[in-house]
Amino acid sequence: MREAIHKFEQGGRYILLDVNSGSVHFLDRMAYDMMDVFDGTNDEETVRALAGKYPETELREALSELHELMDAKQLFAPDISVPPTFAAEGVVKSMCLMVAHDCNLRCEYCFGGTGEYGGTRELMSREVGEAAVEYIIEHSKGRKHCEIDFFGGEPLVNLPVVKHVTEYVRRREKETGKIFKLTLTTNGLLLDESVREWLNENHVSLVLSLDGRREVHDRVRPDAGGNGTYDRVLKNFRAMVDSRDGKDYYLRGTYTKYNLDFTEDVLAMADAGFDVLSVEPVVAKDAPYAIEEADMPRVCAEYDRLTEAYLERRREGKGFFFFHFNMDLSGGPCVAKRLSGCGAGHEYYAVAANGDLYPCHQFVGREGYRLGSVFEGVTNKELPRYFRESHVLNKPKCKDCWARFFCSGGCHANADLFHGDIREPYEVGCAIQKKRLECAIRVQAELALQQAEG
Amino acid sequence: MKHIKTVNKPTLQSTVNKGGCGECQASCQSACKTSCTVGNQTCEK
Ligand code: SF4
Ligand code: SF4
Repeated sequence: MREAIHKFEQGGRYILLDVNSGSVHFLDRMAYDMMDVFDGTNDEETVRALAGKYPETELREALSELHELMDAKQLFAPDISVPPTFAAEGVVKSMCLMVAHDCNLRCEYCFGGTGEYGGTRELMSREVGEAAVEYIIEHSKGRKHCEIDFFGGEPLVNLPVVKHVTEYVRRREKETGKIFKLTLTTNGLLLDESVREWLNENHVSLVLSLDGRREVHDRVRPDAGGNGTYDRVLKNFRAMVDSRDGKDYYLRGTYTKYNLDFTEDVLAMADAGFDVLSVEPVVAKDAPYAIEEADMPRVCAEYDRLTEAYLERRREGKGFFFFHFNMDLSGGPCVAKRLSGCGAGHEYYAVAANGDLYPCHQFVGREGYRLGSVFEGVTNKELPRYFRESHVLNKPKCKDCWARFFCSGGCHANADLFHGDIREPYEVGCAIQKKRLECAIRVQAELALQQAEG
Repeated sequence: MKHIKTVNKPTLQSTVNKGGCGECQASCQSACKTSCTVGNQTCEK
């Protein structure tokens, strides 16, 4: 059955999410129990079921409140189907440029095979970079906002091309009226003063990779010689973030089976003086560091801990942003966007160093997923259509799932990795996603109430 | 209300027929990139 509501306990709160409206309600224990029975039409059945436990007058009072919510379309709101605003074809406006299939680190869990992506160590040329920019300008059609993410491997290994493409983008912006958001994801080893200055002058947003505590980071993120990198990159990140007044960056880490107590890593990042943070689960199959179904109770308990630690830090005036908790309960994206999800394969492509196009950075080099190239365009016309149509309302597991409009269908690359089918989501990913959403809803609801109550 | 406290004024239903302008950021949800989960995105409009 298509789940219309989701109820859960989090941090001592009884919470109800109305899936199709996005409304969040805090309930008392009685109303929470009633929602096991109440479906919007069965008042008498609900009273009968709980009459032994609660006074009937109270039950009827709560029922009238529930009906009030229904009238306001904040409970059992109408089902949402594919809206007319969800165009049949995606418009490509974002690209991930794999400027270097090469890296100066040897992270144990790298999906890029330490940068090689199943191929050889290769650097992107200026020509490929320029052709990628032209591809977006042409294919983003009427869209004004476009995005390029410099990625790898380690993009700073190929700094001359990053610089060249950036200059090229800035020139073409003036000529075309497009606005490009540029982001660079880096391990930090090469972030010296001159690179810092250049990144700031050119308004490049940054995603900085640090895995929390020193021992955690050094275990999984050694350099090519096997040495720890924590102290070196931390120093560089500090200088980098200070040089841009703490703006336009994310400090992000990956957690693995080795550090399921990752709250400590988030707090270590905060204690190191960073306040825009993200820590995410590794995705891996058959590896010693992989997170498996059996780890889920531990992972869920850890998100509970993180949630409380997050709220406590805020109360102490030492709050930080945590990416997965930044959820906008009142606004948030439109339904069309919620269906598009990450956009891989239809709004977002990755460009391999040699110019080949793939649905996203994780698909680079994967058999059967080459779309074409920046020079010849998309030759596999079927794939973008398939990705476009692989949204939550078309995937068997997602269309009934309560998280469908918040999660937007999970990661296709993981689904393919585990099931060989982008329409079959990866279960551990779903379990983590749902837990994180519950925590995010609780955090945001708590903050909204605090604000309302002054 | 006595038994229920509503937290937010959501707009999801009202965006069924609006929106789709496509100006918002791409939103990878995987470990390697932090721009995850559409639920925590902002609209460019
Ligand atoms: S990917 Fe998983 S969590 Fe997300 S909507 Fe689909 S089934 Fe639900
Ligand atoms: S398929 Fe996965 S890795 Fe690729 S862009 Fe989407 S969420 Fe990110």
